[in-house]
Amino acid sequence: MEKKSIKGSEVDHGKLIINTEWCKGCGICTAFCPTKAIELKGEKVTVADIEKCTQCGLCELRCPDFAIYVGRKKNEQKG
Amino acid sequence: MPSQLVEKYFRADHLPQIWCPGCGHGIITRSITVAIEQLGLDPDKVCVVSGIGCSSRAPGYLDFNTLHTTHGRALAFATGIKLANPELKVIVIMGDGDSTAIGGNHFIHACRRNIDITTIIFNNNIYGMTGGQYSPTTPKFDKGTTAPYGNIDKAFDICDLASAAGATYVGRATSYHANMVTTLVKNGIMNEGFSLIEAISGCPTYYGRKNKKGGPVEMMQWQKDHAVNITAAAKMTPEQMEGKFLIGEFKNKPEPEYTKEYQRIIDSIKGSDV
Amino acid sequence: MSKKVKLMQGNEACVEGAIAAGMTFYAGYPITPSTEIAEISAEKLPRIGGRFIQMEDEIAGIAAAIGGSLTGAKTMTATSGPGFSLKQENIGYAAIAEIPVVIVDVQRGGPSTGQPTSPAQGDMMQAKWGTHGDHPVIALCPSSVKETYDLTIRAFNLAEKYRMPVLLMMDEVIGHMREKIELPEASEIEIINRKRPTCPADEYLPFKPEADLVPPMADFGAGYRYHVTGLIHDETGFPSNSTDVADKLIRRLVDKIEINKKDIITWEEENTEDADIIIFAYGCVARAAKTAIKILREKGVKVGLFRPITVWPFPEERMIELAKSAKAIVAPEMNLGQMVLEVERLCSKYTKIEKLNKVNGEIIYPEEIVAKIEEVL
Repeated sequence: MEKKSIKGSEVDHGKLIINTEWCKGCGICTAFCPTKAIELKGEKVTVADIEKCTQCGLCELRCPDFAIYVGRKKNEQKG
Repeated sequence: MPSQLVEKYFRADHLPQIWCPGCGHGIITRSITVAIEQLGLDPDKVCVVSGIGCSSRAPGYLDFNTLHTTHGRALAFATGIKLANPELKVIVIMGDGDSTAIGGNHFIHACRRNIDITTIIFNNNIYGMTGGQYSPTTPKFDKGTTAPYGNIDKAFDICDLASAAGATYVGRATSYHANMVTTLVKNGIMNEGFSLIEAISGCPTYYGRKNKKGGPVEMMQWQKDHAVNITAAAKMTPEQMEGKFLIGEFKNKPEPEYTKEYQRIIDSIKGSDV
Repeated sequence: MSKKVKLMQGNEACVEGAIAAGMTFYAGYPITPSTEIAEISAEKLPRIGGRFIQMEDEIAGIAAAIGGSLTGAKTMTATSGPGFSLKQENIGYAAIAEIPVVIVDVQRGGPSTGQPTSPAQGDMMQAKWGTHGDHPVIALCPSSVKETYDLTIRAFNLAEKYRMPVLLMMDEVIGHMREKIELPEASEIEIINRKRPTCPADEYLPFKPEADLVPPMADFGAGYRYHVTGLIHDETGFPSNSTDVADKLIRRLVDKIEINKKDIITWEEENTEDADIIIFAYGCVARAAKTAIKILREKGVKVGLFRPITVWPFPEERMIELAKSAKAIVAPEMNLGQMVLEVERLCSKYTKIEKLNKVNGEIIYPEEIVAKIEEVL
């Protein structure tokens, strides 16, 4: 059985990865982001200022849709 | 590519999940998988069983042996699985109405037996799937579609109920306190006995709207502002605790586990004349 | 090696048959007149490394039996009327989720609390229609202690073969009577086990049928990690809103029995070759019918017995055949006419059908059957 591929709806911002198809625009991640690095635009989360992001992971922790998560950290080895 | 966690433990081709925008259930479900990840459980041996309701759709998204049963009966099915094959790790996900209304009898007896099942009740104080009827955990005076003039029932305290019935590990967290959900679920799985974690979840669509609690963010803010860890509560006055609710680990008292006790019977009698 | 000959109670024979068939898990609740099945299972199962649990209520009893079956175990639960009513939702669950489980109903006087210690046959239509929605049904009906043993084994075999709940419709007389029984050697017993998948886990479709319309069933824990739900689902097991999927699934579940009828349906006939009158009887009433036939034959009356052993699916073809050459069919039942509705549906255009109904808690006596037939003649 072939697994359905996730449509090309993930946007890799480096520090953060956002799946715009899965995001339902609830606003929880942006409301509780300590640095306001992300914001809601047109009912989807998007990056406001990626430099402000500290990869604290709170958005990933509280996203009900698994639509935003922390990308590879600077000092992390790949794989 | 979804996150590593989602890739490993979710059936990603069935996502996005069907829950409403801002529903706490996705957060709690994810927190449960973090616990499974931290414990390094073998997914082939994990069974996730649910009843009927919004929370009970969770197992369908999880890549384990998953069983979506009938309303209120998850614990009875799960008991059969665990007793027939005690090597399986059985996790049960239920809603507040599912577990304490129609499922009430199975709930108290699973606690009483202290069978090694970890149960997470996604408590959103309402029957969400059927459109917002009040449940045994809807606060008094709140409204639901079948309590249009305000609920005259008193609400259960699920943790008190579980503890009194015999559960040996009991705790409460919220979708805001997602890390605590993970910790409690992890400890619950490690407890060899019946573990009950009540996870308060926000239902912005029905409970929230009907009772003017705001949207997802306001409901989550409410959880943050009104939850008090039981260790901190010990030092607070009744006035300070007014309107607040407790979270944290409430009970951790291991006792003989059901399937192990049954195994002792088998060991003592197996092979003797049928 | 000599066979084991024992004097055994019907309920005990049920447990013996279950264990011979490979039962290793029983979950249930006490209810007269089935309680001995639970008690004897509680006593015997741990001795063979099996497990027994008395659950908190009837619904939990069947739920746990279904849960146990998902781990690969052969499981059973037993009850009577009130419990049979309570179990209906989960019987439907086992039917749509295609989970093998044996459910024994030792019938007693109903409705409701009724007559707990008296026999009846009032649940026969409930066996077919009790759970909501269209669903497959296999129900077997023994009329002796030995047959209870044999049909319990058959119930397990059919449940495994067709991946579904199978009902064993006993009654208080059959459950509590004691008769001589010769237990066969294990090597003489045919055991059927469910088909299990052999494909790799990522290719497994838990509800994709093979030619016999039955999908292979993996054990929970064996590495296949699939989803089971009572919602309408497709071949992957996941819920579906498609009208096409719903139509296909429900029809396949029912056709599973339809296309395999020849394998499933059994009946017994006695003295039907030259019979003018056919007695249609099942369960304990068939015993009285056999005595009635002896009495009537001595009087020169050409009477025979047609006894369905599978009551559902109903042995339609043979029933119709017999009706065509009979002057009348007499149907004694310990209810107000239930299985006779099938006989009437199939046979009223060919012959006269007479009912003999008793609902006072007493078994129908041979003399009552004799009197009825003499009335009909």
